[in-house]
Amino acid sequence: MSARSRSVALAIGWRGLHRFFHDPTMVIPSMLFPLFFFAAFAGGLSNVSNVPGFDFPANYTTFQFVFVLIQASAFGGVFTGFAIARDFESGVGRRMMLAAPNRRALLAGYALVALGRALFIWVLLTTLGLAVGMEVAGSLVDLVGMYSLALLINLTALMWAAGIALRFRSLQAGPLMQTPVFLIIFIAPVYVPFDLLTGWVKAAASINPITAIVEAARDFVSGVPADVALAYGAAIGMLAFFAIWALRGLAKAEAAGG
Amino acid sequence: MNVRARTQISELARRSLVRTIRQPAQVVPAITFPLFLFAINAAGLDAAAGLPGFPAPDYLTWIIAVPFMQAGLFAVAGLGADLARDIETGFLDRLALTPLSRTGLVSGQMAGTVALGVFQGLVFLAVGLAAGATLETGLPGAVVLILLEIAIVFAFGLIGITAAFRFGNGEAVQGLFPLLFVFLFLSTMALPADLIQQDWFRAIAEHNPVSFIFDGIRSLFYGGWDATALAEAFGVAAAISLVFMPLAVRALNARVVRT
Repeated sequence: MSARSRSVALAIGWRGLHRFFHDPTMVIPSMLFPLFFFAAFAGGLSNVSNVPGFDFPANYTTFQFVFVLIQASAFGGVFTGFAIARDFESGVGRRMMLAAPNRRALLAGYALVALGRALFIWVLLTTLGLAVGMEVAGSLVDLVGMYSLALLINLTALMWAAGIALRFRSLQAGPLMQTPVFLIIFIAPVYVPFDLLTGWVKAAASINPITAIVEAARDFVSGVPADVALAYGAAIGMLAFFAIWALRGLAKAEAAGG
Repeated sequence: MNVRARTQISELARRSLVRTIRQPAQVVPAITFPLFLFAINAAGLDAAAGLPGFPAPDYLTWIIAVPFMQAGLFAVAGLGADLARDIETGFLDRLALTPLSRTGLVSGQMAGTVALGVFQGLVFLAVGLAAGATLETGLPGAVVLILLEIAIVFAFGLIGITAAFRFGNGEAVQGLFPLLFVFLFLSTMALPADLIQQDWFRAIAEHNPVSFIFDGIRSLFYGGWDATALAEAFGVAAAISLVFMPLAVRALNARVVRT
């Protein structure tokens, strides 16, 4: 990346994060949603860990922490997609395109925003998790593995949402960005390990790449051997696919004049 | 109610009904989203029915109550957004110049939402039964269930109306949706209070009005007729309506004065 492109990406990243942290209507829901989901799932459903066959080695708080971490990371990416749509709807995107010699730097800038938002939520969520009894049996390397999977999900969701935002260039496409992510996240082992799922959800979860990622991240935090190749293969594969999707969206936005 | 008031309300009700029917973007998610969550939860938490002391015959019969309650949340968002649009476009200002009574204006707006609520209730019941849930109270129970659904939608719709009059824009009303989701999740939605292990969560769930509504709905599906559970469920809906009807009228008065 050239110095000029780096400068564009950093400027967009700074602007996006500045807006995020200075707008209570953005920062408060982003903060409260994962915390609330964590409280509702870990608090309300902890008895589910007593179901016969529930073999997760750590407690239920830890089990749900991982899911909410992945979910919050994905939604951090989607909500950054909302910001892209708003920028292009209001004409800011068009002006940014004029200023950027290499427009891919715009996507890099938004990726910094998504990453910044995710880091903020991770710190909050991890602090709360540890405060309410989350058990961390994994090593430092395991934890790096867990958070890097969350990072890949964050970037993948951003690329998906950016592809939509750049094609529609309107906030009206918001449900289109959000709903598929919501669906794919929930068609995974949310409440119980994969083996305890039944019916159509089990069939759907077995081919859902998010399943491998969530299960590996749970293995990381509880210190048991994880299927690293499958999880990272799924995560990197999805990111590569949706990066191409976003770049094509960028080309469409360029063709339309921003 | 005199003839004139009846005419006024029926005209507003007709408009509300037509507007709801003509907005598939409002109707389709109000049906599909609760059904999707129902399908996910029923399959994902099926194993929870194996917990000792679980009261329902299976998890499907337990969780079928949730879509009926979610219809209330969609009533808040849908009705509030419609009304906010009336405010933003100036329709409410024009309406305020007519001799229409304030209460008539508020209740007339409910027709479309209540009709949607009835439709949602019938679809949720049909899907639930087709999926394998049992309705022990039979056809009379189905009728009471739809009546309860109307009461829920009416009560929560009034919250949406109050918010729309108060904030005057659709975005702010939509912001209430997640807040109400908190009430849904911090209840006996997923597990009965007895099986909730965390003391703080159980305490909230036991006192959450939404839990009483769930109890009423569930009493129709299993365990036979339970007059107390039904009275509490209808009572909560009635209490919400009694609190929010005057609040909606007051917010409307304040908005009309401002404009």
